[in-house]
Amino acid sequence: MSTSSPPHSATASTTPPPVAPPTMRRTPAPPPGRLIDAPPFPQGAAEALKNQQLRDNMRHATHTIRAKRARVTAELPNWEELRAAGEAIKNRTLENLDYYLEQLEANLIKNGAQVHWASDAQEAQRIVIDLIKAKGENMTHQPTPQEVVKVKSMVTQEIELNEALEAEGIAAWETDLAELIVQLGHDRPSNILVPAIHRNRDEVREIFLREMKLYGKPAPEDLDNDPKNLAAAARLHLREKFLRAKIALSGVNFCVAESGTLVIVESEGNGRMCLTLPETLISITGIEKLVPTAQDLEVMLQLLPRSSTGERMNPYTSMWTGVTPGDGPQEVHVVLVDNGRSRVLADPVGREALRCIRCAACMHQCPVYEKVGGHPYGSVYPGPIGSVLTPQLRGLDSAIDKSLPYASTLCGACAEVCPVKIPIPDILVHLRQRVVDEKKRGHRGLEQSLMRLGGWVMAKGSRLGLAGAAAGLARALIRKEYLRSLPGLGKRWTAARDLRMPPRRNFRHWWKHERGGQA
Amino acid sequence: MGKTVALFATCINDVMYPETCVATVALLERLGCEVAFPVEQTCCGQIFTNTGYHAEALGAVRAYAEAFSPYDFVVGPSGSCVASVRDQHPLLAAETGDARLMEAVASVVARTYELTEFLIDVLGLEDVGAYFPHTVTFHPTCHAVRMAKVGDRPARLLAQVRGLTLVPLEGADQCCGFGGTFSVKNDALSAALVADKASEVMRTGAEYLVNVDNACLMNIGGRLHREGGAQGGGCTIRTIHLAEILACTEGDGGRWGL
Ligand code: SF4
Repeated sequence: MSTSSPPHSATASTTPPPVAPPTMRRTPAPPPGRLIDAPPFPQGAAEALKNQQLRDNMRHATHTIRAKRARVTAELPNWEELRAAGEAIKNRTLENLDYYLEQLEANLIKNGAQVHWASDAQEAQRIVIDLIKAKGENMTHQPTPQEVVKVKSMVTQEIELNEALEAEGIAAWETDLAELIVQLGHDRPSNILVPAIHRNRDEVREIFLREMKLYGKPAPEDLDNDPKNLAAAARLHLREKFLRAKIALSGVNFCVAESGTLVIVESEGNGRMCLTLPETLISITGIEKLVPTAQDLEVMLQLLPRSSTGERMNPYTSMWTGVTPGDGPQEVHVVLVDNGRSRVLADPVGREALRCIRCAACMHQCPVYEKVGGHPYGSVYPGPIGSVLTPQLRGLDSAIDKSLPYASTLCGACAEVCPVKIPIPDILVHLRQRVVDEKKRGHRGLEQSLMRLGGWVMAKGSRLGLAGAAAGLARALIRKEYLRSLPGLGKRWTAARDLRMPPRRNFRHWWKHERGGQA
Repeated sequence: MGKTVALFATCINDVMYPETCVATVALLERLGCEVAFPVEQTCCGQIFTNTGYHAEALGAVRAYAEAFSPYDFVVGPSGSCVASVRDQHPLLAAETGDARLMEAVASVVARTYELTEFLIDVLGLEDVGAYFPHTVTFHPTCHAVRMAKVGDRPARLLAQVRGLTLVPLEGADQCCGFGGTFSVKNDALSAALVADKASEVMRTGAEYLVNVDNACLMNIGGRLHREGGAQGGGCTIRTIHLAEILACTEGDGGRWGL
C-alpha cells in the first residue's frame, strides 16, 4: 500500500475501472489509483494536516457555511419539529421501501419514463452505457455519440460512471461549477455539496487557464481571480457543451413515489439546462432517495437548503414527471441503484444512515473534517456520514474501510445538526464493534490484550483499587507531576502534550483513611 | 434535604484526579447531603465500548449496577461518564440478553445524575455558596452537552460563584480532540485539535480553565503545560474541575483538599 499520498480516483466498487490510454482520453484524467485502496484514515489525515493551504481553505469554508446554517435554522421556530418530521418521513420510507419503490416505478412508467434496476455499480454502468450507445446508433448511425452533459450527482461518482463512460469513448462533462473545477483540475471532490471546497480562487484561475482550452472554449487570457469572472469563464465554456449535447445525465434529490416525480435542487441553473435542453435524460438514483408523497417535500425542501447551503430556499428547484410531449427531454430513463443499500437496510443500527439527504451539514460541522478535508476518507462520501455509510456500502474489508469508524472523536457535533437526526456517533460505535469482532477472529494483537486486561480490572472495585495504588507508586518513584516524553504508544500522546501523572494517593485511599472505609 | 447520595467517582477521577472527588464530597456534605462511596464501583466502561470492545465493557456495567443499586441518587462529577452510563449501559445490557441485568441497569440508570444536574434539578440550587476570586474560562465539553445534555447548568452554577470573573472562550463548542482512544489512533489529528483548543484558552488570559470532564482537562491541560514549558516559564493557566470551584467558600479559603 502506498504511504505517500492518498489514491485519487472516484472509485467505490470492487473492480478497477477500465482506463483508456492517455492519448485517447476525451476528458481530463482523474488522479491515478482507486479510493478503496486509500491508506488507513490516520495516515491520510496526517498527510493532509501538513498542507497548510488546505487547512486554511477548509477552515475558512467550513466556518462560513456553519455560521450561515446556524443563522437560517435559528430563524425557524419549528426547526426541531421539521427535523423530527424529516426523520419520520425517511423512516416510513425505509420501513416500506419495497412498496414505495414499486409505486414509484409504476408511476414513472405511467408518465412515459423507462425504469431500469441496477443491483450494483457494474450493472448501473452497463445500463447507462447501453442507453447512450443505443441513442448514438438511432440518431446518427454512428457507433457512439460523443458526449453527455452531467448535473452533479453523488451516485454517479459512487458507481464511477465517468471513467466507465470514458473507457467506452463517451465524454461526460460536469456542468456544476465546483465539479467542473474538480474535473478540469484532474482532481477528486472533497465535499458532497462543495466539491472544490479545498481549492481557493487563485488555484481555480490557474486550472481554468491551463485546462479549458484543451477541452473546449478557452478561458479569457486576462482572467483574474474575481469569483464573478471565474464563473463567467465557466459559463461560456459550458454553454457550448449544453447547446451541443443530445443526452444529459442527472442524479436526483428526491423521488416522489405517489406521482413518479423526480426533484433536483441546485444553485447555478446548470441543472435546469441539463434537464430541459437535451433530447434524452438519464436520471440515476440510489433506491433510498424516495419520499412517499409530494406533501413530504414541504418538509424536505425546507430541511435541505437550510442545512446545506444555509439558504432559505434553493435557487433552482426542478421537478419532472416523465415525458411532456413537445417540452423538455422526449425520452426519460430512470436507473434505480442498489449497490449495497439493501445490505445496509438489513442492519437495524446501521440503516439509520440511509435517511441521509446529502446536505453535508455533518461534514461542515465536524472538527476532524475541517482539519483534513474529504480526501483522507477514501470515498465519494467523506466526513461523518461517509464514515458510517462507506464501510457499510463497501464492507469492512479494506484498510480504509476498517479505519473509517474510528475517524471521529465522537464529539457529536454531526448528529446535532443532521436534518434527519441520524445518530452518527452511535452508528460509529456500532461499526467499531463490527471491526473488533472481525479482529477477534484473527490473532490477538496488543490492542485486544490491553482491552481484555482493562476489562478485567474494571470488573471489580478491588482491582481498580490495586491499579490505582500501582499508579500512585509509579508516581512516587518518578516524582514528576508531568511527563514530557514516553516511549511506544505513549509517544502518540506526548508528541503533542505532556502527560499529567496521577497523585500518590487515589480517591479510594483517601476515602478509606478519612471515612474509615464505610460505604 | 438530607439526601443520601452515592458518589460515582469514575475511574479517571479516582486514580488521576482524586481532588475532584474530594471536592464533590465536600460540596455535597456542605449542602446537607450524606455521601456514600460504594467501593465495588469501577468505571463507565466507555473506553471499551467506544473502541468496539463491548464484551470487555460488561464487567464495568455489572459492577456499576451492583454497586449503586441500593441508592436513590447516584451522582458523578463527569458529563461523559454519566452519559455513557445512561446511553450505553442499557444497550450493552440488552446485547447480553440477560433480562435481570437489563432490569438492574434500567433501574440504576434512572437514578444517575451528573453533578450539575443533581445540584440544580434535585437540590434546586444554583447558588451553592461558593467563593472563587479568580478569572476563569469555561469549556462546555462535548459529551456533557450533546450526550448527557446538561445544557447550561454548569454555566448557571458558575454565574453564582462570588468573586469569580468569567471570560468567554472563542470556539467553545469545538471538540478538544481527546476522544478516548482517538487520541492514540488518530494522534496527528488529536494533536492538531488540542493545539487549537489550547491556543484559544491561552488567548482568554484566564487563570483557570474549568469544565465538568477531567478527561478533556487532562488533554487540554497537557497541551497547556507543554506550551508553558516551551516558554520556559512553566504552565500559567491551570485546569480545574467545576466541583473544585463550587467546593471553595469564603470561610474555608479553599482548604477542602487532600
Ligand atoms: S448525515 Fe445528515 S447532516 Fe450528514 S449529509 Fe446526511 S442528512 Fe446531511
